[in-house]
Amino acid sequence: MAVETMTGDIEAPGKVAGLPGVVSDFSSDKQVFPVHWGKAMMWIFLLSDTFIFSCFLTSYMHVRMSTTVAWPNPSEVFALSLGGQPIPLILIAIMTFVLISSSGTMAMAVNYGYRRNRGRTTALMLITAGFGATFVGMQAFEWTKLILEEGIRPWGNPLGAAQFGSTFFMITGFHGLHVSAGVIYLVIVALRVWRGDYERSGSYEAVEIAGLYWHFVDLVWVFIFAFFYLW
Amino acid sequence: MSSTHENTQHPISVYLWIWLLLFVLSAFSYMVDYFQLHGLLRWSLIILFMFLKAGLIVSIFMHMKWERRALQLAILVPPLCLLVLIGLMAIEGDYTFLTRSVAFTP
Repeated sequence: MAVETMTGDIEAPGKVAGLPGVVSDFSSDKQVFPVHWGKAMMWIFLLSDTFIFSCFLTSYMHVRMSTTVAWPNPSEVFALSLGGQPIPLILIAIMTFVLISSSGTMAMAVNYGYRRNRGRTTALMLITAGFGATFVGMQAFEWTKLILEEGIRPWGNPLGAAQFGSTFFMITGFHGLHVSAGVIYLVIVALRVWRGDYERSGSYEAVEIAGLYWHFVDLVWVFIFAFFYLW
Repeated sequence: MSSTHENTQHPISVYLWIWLLLFVLSAFSYMVDYFQLHGLLRWSLIILFMFLKAGLIVSIFMHMKWERRALQLAILVPPLCLLVLIGLMAIEGDYTFLTRSVAFTP
């Protein structure tokens, strides 16, 4: 029988370490993952999302390898002039720090959620959403600059390989969409925390599940930053 | 006891430390570009910092480190088959590049 604990989570039957534990988890006549169902489903959703983003990045690798035209240098394309001097990739670096900070505040929000500190959880989640919105805003600025000033289009650009635009807009656009959806998701969960919904249901798992999604968005950015902007 | 308890009782300082580490690693990967490193050194450093950051996020921030082994394997092993896709596409990309060089270069 599953027993509800203080945290509202399902009490896990005896945890066995290592591979024997895996075997016993999969072979026993019970649910395999003794975690909140929402958490298991979020993980599986994130796994599928991993495949989507990997397909994008792999196709980007393919077009970049196969083009005979020089690839535009991202270091110069994304440079920003501050005080009359171009600094390479500075906007992207700031966006990276913003997103990592949001991940940090989110991790703390999850922790305060399990400590049943409603005020801090709500505040930290709203800060996280704020960082996310900032990120999307900076991305909008970046896109505007690229489209209007550099003349980069999905079908071509004056700097080099035509595939640069299509892969750039596709990958960062899909990621930006994830961030935007995440901001809405976080605000909704934060308001429910504030309203005391999880106090009544006795489970703060919802905060951790939202956190998983948010960390994943940050994780994807790590790969985009490495492969698209730095490579 | 349940894995949930190990999962939820961490001091805040753990997250602050990881946050700091991620900041430092991001700064390092930005430096790779700022100092215009090239070739194999650039690529290996980018990959190194990328995997370190990804590992920290997944294991600590997403609490994967404290999950049961069954869940860890179910989530982390399937993406490995992407290596096949990447390998195939790399071969295909090379081939397309060669064909284009021979047939389409002005």
